Amino acid sequence: MTDVHAPPPVVTGSGGPLPQVVRRRRRPQPEASWIKKAIFVVLLIGLAILFLYPFIWLLSATFKPRGDTFDNALIPHRWSWNFTGPNIPEPHPQYLFNVAPVGHWMWNSIWISVLGATLTTFSSALVAFAFAYFRFPLRNVLFAILLATLMLPGEVTLIPVYLLWNHIGRFTLDHPWLPHIGTGTQYPLWVPNAFGSAFYIFLQRQFFLGIPRDYFEAARMDGDGYFSMFRRIAIPLAKPALIVTFIFEIQAKWFDLQQPLIYLRDLATFTAPLGMKILFDKFNAAGGGEGDYQVIMAGTLLLVLPMLVLFGVFQKYFIRGIAVQGRKG
Amino acid sequence: MTSVAVPSRTAPGPSRARRWLSSFRERETWTAYLFILPWIFGFLVLTLGPMIFSAYYSFTNYGVQQIAGIEPTKSVGFHNYKEIWSDPKVALSLKNTFIYCVMMVPAKIIVALVLAVILMAVGERLGGIFRTIFYLPHITPPVAVGVLVIVLFNGGYGIVNDALRHIGIQGPYWTIDPNWIKPTIAIMDVWACGGTMVILLAALYGVPRHLYEAAAMDGANALRRFFNVTLPMISPALFFCFIILTLAGLNQFTQAYTAFFGAGGAGGTYGVDAALFYAIYIFRNAFVYFNMGYACALAWMLVAISLFITGINILVSRRFVFYQGEQK
Repeated sequence: MTDVHAPPPVVTGSGGPLPQVVRRRRRPQPEASWIKKAIFVVLLIGLAILFLYPFIWLLSATFKPRGDTFDNALIPHRWSWNFTGPNIPEPHPQYLFNVAPVGHWMWNSIWISVLGATLTTFSSALVAFAFAYFRFPLRNVLFAILLATLMLPGEVTLIPVYLLWNHIGRFTLDHPWLPHIGTGTQYPLWVPNAFGSAFYIFLQRQFFLGIPRDYFEAARMDGDGYFSMFRRIAIPLAKPALIVTFIFEIQAKWFDLQQPLIYLRDLATFTAPLGMKILFDKFNAAGGGEGDYQVIMAGTLLLVLPMLVLFGVFQKYFIRGIAVQGRKG
Repeated sequence: MTSVAVPSRTAPGPSRARRWLSSFRERETWTAYLFILPWIFGFLVLTLGPMIFSAYYSFTNYGVQQIAGIEPTKSVGFHNYKEIWSDPKVALSLKNTFIYCVMMVPAKIIVALVLAVILMAVGERLGGIFRTIFYLPHITPPVAVGVLVIVLFNGGYGIVNDALRHIGIQGPYWTIDPNWIKPTIAIMDVWACGGTMVILLAALYGVPRHLYEAAAMDGANALRRFFNVTLPMISPALFFCFIILTLAGLNQFTQAYTAFFGAGGAGGTYGVDAALFYAIYIFRNAFVYFNMGYACALAWMLVAISLFITGINILVSRRFVFYQGEQK
C-alpha cells in the first residue's frame, strides 16, 4: 500500500473490469487546506469510534460474567471465560460449548461455505467464460434471461425448491441403497452452487471480456482444446474475479439464515448462523429464555470473527468486488 | 456497398434461418452449450421449473396435508389472490416494509455519501484506514446484527439509552415500542452502510478532475461544485444503490427475524407485529403455518411490487440520472 507508483497488480488488457478504487494515482488536491483536513480527520475519528463501538462492546461483553452484560463497561469489572467450563445445570451460569454443539455448527458452516463457494466459483466461471468467449446461437437471449433472473425475488422459488428437495428426500428414503439426500440434510445448502449463480456469472463475464482475445487464439494455435484453453489461460488470468466470487459466496453462506432454517432439523447439522439464532431464542429473556446473555454474546462473537478474519486476508478483493457492482448500473 | 444493387448471377446463399440452424453443427456451438450446461440445468430445475410450480400452487390450496399426501391438491381459482386483499396481516406487513424502506434507503445512501465525500477529502492514505473501519459492519452477519439490535438498543439497560442519558435524553424503548422498532432496524442498517459507501467512493474517484477545475474557474464554491458537478456525475451509482437497497429492503428478513421472531420457551413461536416484514410473512405462511399455496401467491405479489417499484425508479431516473457517453 505504500508504493503508489506500483502498477496495478491484476489488471489485464484495457484496464480490466475490476476498478482500482483507491490506489489510482491522483494529482494533489489544491483546495484541501491543513485546517480543513484536520477537522475532517477529527470527524472521521469520532465516526470511526461510533462504527467500531458495537464490536468493542461485543468483545467486552463476551468476557463478562452473567449479570454484567448490560453494565456497558468498556473493560469488564469481573472477567469470565464463557466458552468452556464445568457442566453444571441451570441456576449456575452456562458455558457456550456446554449448552449446544457449537463446535459442530462452526465446522458445518466452514465446510458448507468452502465447498459451496468452490463449486459456485468454478461452475460460474465455466458459464461466464462461455458467454464471454464463444459465439453461439441464442447467446444473447440466454444472457438476457440470466440477467432477468437477478431481478427475481428468492421467495418465489423458495417453496417449490423446498418441495423438490422434499420429493428427493422421500425418494432416497424409499431406496435404501441411495444416500439420504433431501430436506433435513445439508445437501440443499450447497448442491445448488454446482449450477452457477447469475450474479457471479455476470461479474466474471465482465472480467473475461477484459482479457484480450489474442491470448485465447494463441492457446488455440498451440493446439489446446477449448477446455484446456479455459483451464490454462482463462482461469489463471481471471484469478481476481474468481477470488471475489469465492469470498462473496463464503460471506453469503455465513450470512444466510433462511435456507438453514428451512432445511435443517437436527441440532448437530445446524450452521453457525442458525445455531446462534437458536441460542439467542433459548437464552434471550424476551423469548422466554433464561437470560444467560454471556452465552449469547460469546456465540455472536464466534459468528462475527471468521468474517473479520476473511476480510483481513482478502480486504482488497472485498472492496474491489463491491466497487465493480456499482458499474452494473 | 449494400446500397448498390448488383444483380447476382450466382445462386442465392442459404437463408438466415438456415445459417442459424447450421451453426448448431459447428463444434464451437456445442462446446459453448456444454460450458453453459450447468447454468441451463440450474435455471430449468431451480428457477424456471419452480417458477411454474409456484404459479400453479398459487391457485391451489397446497398445504401440509398435500405435502403428506393425505388430501389431493385442489384448485381454488383466484381465492388466494383475493385473500391477499382482505388479509389484515398483508396490509400490516406491506405497511411495515414500506415504512422501513422509506427510512432505510435514503438514510443509508446519505450517510454512505457523506462518509465517501469525507474519505475523498482526506486523501488516499488516511482514507484507506477509515474506509476499512467503516466497511467492517457491512461484513457482520445479519444474525449478529439482529442480536446486537436487541442488546444495544435495550430500552432499560442498552448502551444507546445509556449514552443518551448522559446527554440528558430519555431514549425510547427501541425494541418494544412498536413505533421505534423499524427505525431501530434501519439505524443498524445505516451502521452497515459500508458497501454502499465503497460503491459511491469508486464513483467519486471516477469524476474527472477537470470538471471541478472548470467549475472552480467559473466561480462555483464547494457546495455548488458538489451539487452541480459531483451529484450529476455520480448519479448512475446513486441510482444503482437506490434500486439495490430498495430491493434488499423489500426482502428484509434476517435481521428482523433474528431479533423479533422465533421459537419461544415452550415450543411455541413468537413474533412482533411491528417487525412483521413482507418476506417474513411469506416465510411464516410457508414454513410455520404451511399455507404454501397462499405463500406462493404472496411471493408473486412481491414480484409484482418489485417490478412496479423498479419500473417507476427507472422512469424517474430518466429525468435525474446522467449517463456519461449517452449521446454517442
